[in-house]
Amino acid sequence: MDIQVDNKRVHAATGGKDFDANLPTVVFLHGAAMDHTAWALQSRYFAHHGRSVVALDLPGCGLSDGPVPDSVEATADWLMRVLDALGLEQADLVGHSLGALVALAAAGANPDRVGRLALCGIGLPMSVHEFFLGAADTNTPLAVALMNDWAHGRAAHIGGAKMPGIWTIGADTRLVERAGQGVLHACLKICNDYSTGIEAAAKVTAPTTILTGDRDQMTRPAAARELASTLPDCDMEVIRDCGHMMMVERPDEVLDGLRAALDR
Amino acid sequence: MDPNYLKFDSLSLHAGQQPDPVTGARAVPIYQTTSYVFKDTDHAAALFNLERAGHIYSRLSNPTVAVLEERLAALEGGIGAVCTASGQAALHLGIVTLMGQGAHIVSSASIYGGSHNMFAHTLPRFGITTSFVDARDPEAFAAAIRPETRLIFAETLGNPGLEVLNIPAVAAVAHDAGLPFMIDNTFATPFLCRPIEMGVDIVMHSATKFLGGHGIALGGALIDGGTFDWRQNDKFPTLTEPYDGYHGLNFAEEFGPAGYIMRARAEGLRDFGACMSPAHAFHILQGVETLPVRMQRHVENTRAVVAFLVDNDAVGWVSYPDLDSHPDHALAAELLPKGCGAIFSFGIRGGREAGRAFIEALGLFSHLANVGDAKSLVIHPASTTHQQMDAAALAAAGIGEDMVRLSVGLEDANDLIGDLDQALRRSQRALKAAE
Repeated sequence: MDIQVDNKRVHAATGGKDFDANLPTVVFLHGAAMDHTAWALQSRYFAHHGRSVVALDLPGCGLSDGPVPDSVEATADWLMRVLDALGLEQADLVGHSLGALVALAAAGANPDRVGRLALCGIGLPMSVHEFFLGAADTNTPLAVALMNDWAHGRAAHIGGAKMPGIWTIGADTRLVERAGQGVLHACLKICNDYSTGIEAAAKVTAPTTILTGDRDQMTRPAAARELASTLPDCDMEVIRDCGHMMMVERPDEVLDGLRAALDR
Repeated sequence: MDPNYLKFDSLSLHAGQQPDPVTGARAVPIYQTTSYVFKDTDHAAALFNLERAGHIYSRLSNPTVAVLEERLAALEGGIGAVCTASGQAALHLGIVTLMGQGAHIVSSASIYGGSHNMFAHTLPRFGITTSFVDARDPEAFAAAIRPETRLIFAETLGNPGLEVLNIPAVAAVAHDAGLPFMIDNTFATPFLCRPIEMGVDIVMHSATKFLGGHGIALGGALIDGGTFDWRQNDKFPTLTEPYDGYHGLNFAEEFGPAGYIMRARAEGLRDFGACMSPAHAFHILQGVETLPVRMQRHVENTRAVVAFLVDNDAVGWVSYPDLDSHPDHALAAELLPKGCGAIFSFGIRGGREAGRAFIEALGLFSHLANVGDAKSLVIHPASTTHQQMDAAALAAAGIGEDMVRLSVGLEDANDLIGDLDQALRRSQRALKAAE
């Protein structure tokens, strides 16, 4: 579905069921330069299990109008305006990577509007290697290649996907390649620049769950554990043999983790 | 700083398989089962509704077949694959996932006779028509596009004339018209050519040929490059509109770049049912493991055989893109730098009669209707693979009565040359005797 926020198109998938503001709503937020399809299985599951699902394309990503906001905090503010446009007082937030930072910032700044919080593939700070940022700035294919190399655990480099016949590294590469000019760099830059995560975490009141892959090279488990220790009410689950792209690397474990997180 | 991906040879051996977690089996097990136990009713419902990933019934997917699918997708640089009962099943699946009655295809005229038959005679019965164009003329592809066109189709190396397709040029034609480009990469294999990197959106294979390499198992593969954005126009409602057959699922919306291959499996295997068996997938996997070393040897042997035939008085012409004389030589050097495969054709002096004597005199080459075997093969296309084509279609595909097609195998090259030499001598003696 499309909605208008700030007079711009915002696209969201609803998991195969019509959005119903009267149901408990879970909002999915994807990572850098991806789109709502990063949550394909999980969004379909919750939409068919009693919740309304809003799997957003962040500004500038997927089918949502740009540009990418200039900070994680600004994206979190945009998210509140999305909830307003949907007529939602409160929603559960599920974010991955950049989307997890946005969810954390939103939950810290607006604790009364976030029911439960699930943060996947998160660590603070979310520093981005200077070389990687530079490659993204010049829009070279190398940036996408580096991202998908590091984002997938070594097991995913060999494969054995849970989804029959899908070569997940290829699929994630194509997804990021679809992003418009400059989108990857803009997304990475706001991840790299985000510096108020610890302050935001201290203000979060929502029951929180962190899911992290034990082989995550981009947001290492140690960084996730440190963040978890600063959140007032946080469970943490480490998914084995899993890199940063946990939704495709370990879709069942992620779904089970999210079910537990949203039922807290 | 370079990304650290597994290279082609490693992917040929490993992609798609983790050692069996229960038994530790290193080889890919044959999961000879029709169905899979659900954990509970919610798990079952979630699998059926594409909320969870996994296996339900082996017509839809099977763990052994899935390893082959993932491996071929990795080798082709795609995002996913569906393996099928044969190459023709893959072609059919590729088409019906995209279009229905009233649609139109623009195809190279230089394609496998069975594919030509499907396009020219069978699909029209279901309301899908095809225009055939010169493989060497990208502008002819453009000129044949109509409002109802839904697909551009060609083969990397034409059959049987080995026309080298100008893949980037034809891809540009397709994409300028908002159409996907599908290619049959059977003759080249991903070792010699990776069409997706040149602009192709969908690749299909007869896995029966070089991928298996042993001539013991039929199979096909449909590989999605994930490069085509189906939402760019309204030509592909099977992918961009809710599908009643799957509770209103919109495949492009829900699965993005993987929408096409997801629909091919969810609808095409479910409803048409031309799935690959796990035993066949296992056999073809044994071939794929050695694809790089086999293809190198195929090319080396072919170059030696071609060099022999070029200098032979009983041979009127040799058509192999490695040769300077081939009209696509320069294009082949650009697009197929590792070689032009192991299938080529030549004209025997004395036409049909000499050809018959030649084939019957061969000892090491097997006379049969297949290519891409580890063993060397020979056939006379006008009387076998392309016999359903009329004279005009034969001419358009560049097939003459003197044409002999060889598929060069992995035997010692000198043994192959010796066999050809004695058979050519006999063919010319037979010709003189007839005169």
